[in-house]
Amino acid sequence: MVSFLLTVRLLCAYNKPMSQPNSCELEVLDLVPFGQTGNESRFFALRLGRPNWNIWCPGQFVMLRPHNFGLDIPWARPLAICHMTARHMICFFQVRGKGTRRMAELRPGDKVRVWGPLGNGFVMEPDTPTLLLAGGMGIVPFVGYVSEHLKPWNVSMLFGHREHISCYPVDSINEHIPVDSLREPENGDLDNFIYTIQERMREYAEQKGLVLACGPSPFLRTVQTFAAELGVRCQISLETRMACGVGACLGCVTKTTTAWPVGEKRERHVQVCTHGPVFWASQVAL
Amino acid sequence: MDLSVTLKGQTRDLVLKNPVLTASGTFGYGLEFVTYGDLSELGGIVVKGLSLHPREGNSSPRIIETTAGMLNAVGLQNDGVESFCLEKLPRLPWHKTSIIANIYAASVDEFAELAARLDQEEGVAALEVNVSCPNVKAGGALFGQDPALASSVTSAVRRAAPHKHIMVKLSPNVTDIALMARSVEDAGADSISCINTLLGMAVDIQTRRPSLANVVGGLSGPAIKPVALRCVWQVARAVKIPVVGLGGILTAEDALEFMLVGAKAVQVGTGNFMRPDCAFALTQTLPAVCERLGIDNLTSFCGSLQLDS
Ligand SMILES: Cc1cc2nc3c(=O)[nH]c(=O)nc-3n(C[C@H](O)[C@H](O)[C@H](O)COP(=O)(O)OP(=O)(O)OC[C@H]3O[C@@H](n4cnc5c(N)ncnc54)[C@H](O)[C@@H]3O)c2cc1C
Ligand SMILES: Cc1cc2nc3c(=O)[nH]c(=O)nc-3n(C[C@H](O)[C@H](O)[C@H](O)COP(=O)(O)O)c2cc1C
Ligand code: FES
Repeated sequence: MVSFLLTVRLLCAYNKPMSQPNSCELEVLDLVPFGQTGNESRFFALRLGRPNWNIWCPGQFVMLRPHNFGLDIPWARPLAICHMTARHMICFFQVRGKGTRRMAELRPGDKVRVWGPLGNGFVMEPDTPTLLLAGGMGIVPFVGYVSEHLKPWNVSMLFGHREHISCYPVDSINEHIPVDSLREPENGDLDNFIYTIQERMREYAEQKGLVLACGPSPFLRTVQTFAAELGVRCQISLETRMACGVGACLGCVTKTTTAWPVGEKRERHVQVCTHGPVFWASQVAL
Repeated sequence: MDLSVTLKGQTRDLVLKNPVLTASGTFGYGLEFVTYGDLSELGGIVVKGLSLHPREGNSSPRIIETTAGMLNAVGLQNDGVESFCLEKLPRLPWHKTSIIANIYAASVDEFAELAARLDQEEGVAALEVNVSCPNVKAGGALFGQDPALASSVTSAVRRAAPHKHIMVKLSPNVTDIALMARSVEDAGADSISCINTLLGMAVDIQTRRPSLANVVGGLSGPAIKPVALRCVWQVARAVKIPVVGLGGILTAEDALEFMLVGAKAVQVGTGNFMRPDCAFALTQTLPAVCERLGIDNLTSFCGSLQLDS
């Protein structure tokens, strides 16, 4: 038991990511399509060799630049760390544009430049009732979160998604905690989903719990509003366009609120890649 | 192989342990990269553009990827010169590598004030003057697009920072870059770096909106290398002071192309985004690439382009 706890501690240094990020070249082990067969797949689990860092926190991410980007696609792409084992690292992505389309062409043996672990992960408080709110690909960091959590019975998840449930890595979460999933209708009648989010957040507010959310911006904005109304502690993970991932290009900035960080630094632009991607909902103006 | 270079200025020389610098705005304050390589192995670090007072920069989106390059309209967000001198500089290995402060201002007087402040800092080896900015107090023309304005900024900075090597960074967005180079040389510049970004634009035909909040932005990366090479070649032929080349450099081979046309040193910019150890890797591979090409002395290789066949 002691050694089990030690391993978990090593893998997840709770809220203090201590590993020094670095850059390395990893080999593609495999690329597994998710979702119904037949039409061209748009969801993939990418399994890479293990990077040379070993301390990470769920919610942290890596910048990933496959060799097949060539010179024409200059920027790496930010992807959450989905899962880490002794031998490999798994990322999970959806094809959205030219970069992820090129990533979908990767084959075993191909080389990928990866730097990380980057940013700050989600807080983990084993004894606090914790609600995970995931929208679409926002489910990815929670795969790592539930598998690293010491008391998964204190954690539950509400998952909103557009595509068929088989497109997402839900099974690896279901192994640890029950997942409540809601498929959003295409034509945008989101009332039911929004109502459910609010009701679940209210439950956690009453229990003095914790709410963690990851997903598209409109979804995060909704969560942020409810968190303020209900007074529940809440973290959200932001997605902004990133060129470097290390705090240098200043392309990924978001505006902070009057509440954070201090004095004359309020309402300033801060880099999502280094100050985030996970923020307390009250810290940022979306 | 001895890689050290001396940029012989009109007033002050700048000695670099090797010819590889990092470009302003692409390497933060250097501190962002300490886990990706040893800063003291670099020839120098040109820090993010500093202004007299902190600046918030433009609204987002500020950057967009383009084919083999990127556009940025960050708007020179920075914490201001005081914060740099007090909080960043002491943490940089300035006794082991050259720290070059890139400066930006809205008037000639402000440039002089900034330069005077940095002149007091032992840790700053040189100033790089970014003239690709508008003269807000006098009509908004870009300092770097008017030979008389560029010249007055250069001489003001020269006077205000007598202890420092003054490098003036030229914009490629001009009709005759050689003319600009000669006027800053005449005004007392110790060296010239070029090029800054090329003015560009990207739009979205779906939303019918510009891709950047600022509408236009600066193009950088491999896409601009041929333009940069041409500018460095023209400038190196036009002036006697040393030229530092940049624009799309990713590898040691790219760096040597700039040296062949006359650059004494180079800067790595957007390459640092493509992989954070880009400048470190370039520095490490340079000796082997020189050896493969039979270059045993970088100084004599610089500017050795053969024009007649
Ligand atoms: C911290 C973080 C973690 C992420 N984790 C995941 C993940 O685990 N799985 C996953 O599928 N996606 C994730 N994303 C989103 C993913 O990075 C984008 O879907 C991807 O960059 C799109 O690239 P593209 O070339 O296919 O799209 P294009 O639209 O062609 O990309 C053009 C540019 O915009 C950027 N961009 C486009 N959409 C986004 C977006 N939503 N967020 C940030 N940048 C974007 C691209 O990086 C690229 O620089 C994450 C984003 C961030 C910021
Ligand atoms: C995001 C970004 C920020 C930049 N900020 C500055 C700056 O503050 N001052 C400056 O003189 N040049 C700045 N530049 C220009 C670069 O230093 C360099 O001149 C230009 O990008 C061309 O080189 P490259 O193609 O190697 O990037 C910036 C470039 C980028 C991409
Ligand atoms: S991605 Fe470059 S500063 Fe955040």
